[in-house]
Amino acid sequence: MAKQDKRSVGWMGLKRGHRARPLEWIVEKFIFMVSLSAIVMVFLIFLFVAREALPVALGQTNSSLVKKTIAPDQMEKLSRTELMEYLELTPKQFAQMDKETLKDLMLVKVEAAAEAPNDKDAPLNTTTWSMLFKPHQWTGYDQPEYIWQPISQIHKYNLVPLIIGSLKTTLIALLFAVPLALAAAIYVSQLADPKTKEWLKPAIELLAGIPSVVLGFFALLVMASVMQAVFGYQSRLNAFVAGIALALAVIPVVFSIAEDALTSVPRSFTQAALALGSSKWQAAWKIVLPAAIPGVFAAVVLGFGRAIGETMVVLMASGNASIVSGSLFDSTRSMTATIAAELAETVFGGHHYRILFLIGALLFIVTFLSNMVADIVIHRLKAKLEGKA
Amino acid sequence: MSDTGFANLKFKTIVPEPPVEDPTKNTSLIVTENLRLFYGASQALKNISMSIRERMVTAFIGPSGCGKSTLLRCFNRMNDLIDHVRIEGGVKIGGQNIHGHDVDVIELRKRVGMVFQKSNPFPKSIYENIAYALRLHGMKEKADLDEAVEHSLRNAALWDEVKDRLHSSALGLSGGQQQRLCIARAIAIQPEIILMDEPASALDPLATGRVEDLILDLKKDFTIVIVTHNMQQAARISDYTAFFYIGELIEYDTTNKIFTNPANKQTEDYVTGRFG
Repeated sequence: MAKQDKRSVGWMGLKRGHRARPLEWIVEKFIFMVSLSAIVMVFLIFLFVAREALPVALGQTNSSLVKKTIAPDQMEKLSRTELMEYLELTPKQFAQMDKETLKDLMLVKVEAAAEAPNDKDAPLNTTTWSMLFKPHQWTGYDQPEYIWQPISQIHKYNLVPLIIGSLKTTLIALLFAVPLALAAAIYVSQLADPKTKEWLKPAIELLAGIPSVVLGFFALLVMASVMQAVFGYQSRLNAFVAGIALALAVIPVVFSIAEDALTSVPRSFTQAALALGSSKWQAAWKIVLPAAIPGVFAAVVLGFGRAIGETMVVLMASGNASIVSGSLFDSTRSMTATIAAELAETVFGGHHYRILFLIGALLFIVTFLSNMVADIVIHRLKAKLEGKA
Repeated sequence: MSDTGFANLKFKTIVPEPPVEDPTKNTSLIVTENLRLFYGASQALKNISMSIRERMVTAFIGPSGCGKSTLLRCFNRMNDLIDHVRIEGGVKIGGQNIHGHDVDVIELRKRVGMVFQKSNPFPKSIYENIAYALRLHGMKEKADLDEAVEHSLRNAALWDEVKDRLHSSALGLSGGQQQRLCIARAIAIQPEIILMDEPASALDPLATGRVEDLILDLKKDFTIVIVTHNMQQAARISDYTAFFYIGELIEYDTTNKIFTNPANKQTEDYVTGRFG
């Protein structure tokens, strides 16, 4: 007895019980492959970033300036592997070197150690997790502090000032962008007459087309001066200026998605509300907005991702001082701007290089987690609206 | 261009005074006078003159596109929401011209409730659906709201089915229950008139029966105008029936007369199912 086959598509659609349509089948599979490739790309990029950052994460890097040295005449006493490890050479490099070169390298080590700064912090490995996140009382400071100074004599790699910088500019940007973008979305989708909507919607979305370097340029030259004249704060370039400029980049993102979400709320809800004697505004605010909340929330999360990932605007307008400060009117430096500004000058494979990659991986994880949490929340909100929860 | 077409139309004005068995109910609540409505250049309603009686069920019947829904939407000015609509002539409700400059459309819609073809409860809880309407018109106290919500759900014959899940989503209700919730929401704010635009056309026969029972029950307190495609429904629940054809009011009389002895040939053809 022949087994009843499942209703599967089968090779080239043959099992459908239809004539084979190889072209359709090929196109379908091709589109599927293309969509898969996007996922693969994201995964590969993360893999690359994480691989470069992994030695820091695992505590394999050491930025200590004072290391135990071995006099060159002791070379004979070291085993091959010990010598290789001491000189930080790969087996391939090691194989290419003759004895004299190795001896010279050992001499260089000893000389370098002699030049190490006479500082209580010099022997410290500043790339450990606790040095990255906890304050440390550096020589010459009265109290423990968070300091990011990667190219000072003693490399100070504390990430806290950068994280604060990123959060500060992002928060200011969202505080400005979200209410404005949502108000605009409500106006365009619910209140505006069709003629106004026709030009207003593309006009706001046109903001998304401004290159961020141009926005940064504008913020740097125009906004910074105007705002300093208005508010009278001390540093011309600061978190506030950067945040406002960033808001200009975030507004079209939030607006566009929120407007779509609001427009896709069935007209029948609005009609029911109006027939009960709501004003247009009451219907938009009390009925349409709550019904569109999942989409609006998605818009805000995407805006957050755009804001925290944006580099050029903050690089140009924030002043780039990596200081820990609660004031919005102090200069600040974001994680993204740090990577952009410093990566080109680092030693390939060095600890500074690896820590910049660690920052990249952190940004990646933050946006990934925020999107994931948002997705879960959106699903719950949707289920609640649809009466399934 | 539209003016010439307009001038060439020959008007047929019907102002029926249907016989009424109970003289105490013999008051006209809605009166239209030469009502004409245009969507851009095309005319959807042609000189409608009719009076609709208080605390009665009046049914509008006619083939699709005959203007019956458009006329219904004139009574609470829902046509205002559509672009390029022009209305001439007048509609008076309780003696007041509803298109007058002194009329607040929100006040009007409070007096004239509406139930739509497709049930459209808000994506909120059952309780909130009704409470929204009540709050809109100034009710704030929780106790008052609770009482009014229960009252209108009872009036809509829905209370027993939903009393245990007042705070779960209205979208979890069945189609018939959703429609009765919409009716409950409409009557919660105590309108004088309830307009119903094919309220049972998307429901199964059982749910339709319940909605019809509800309409008969509500007529004690409200004036009901119902648009329907279902002849039997019109015959079952209405006191008066108006037959429309391509924007004109062809015949308007007691339901009994329309269905048993219509004066007009077109009406007879339609109600007997020969066209439409």
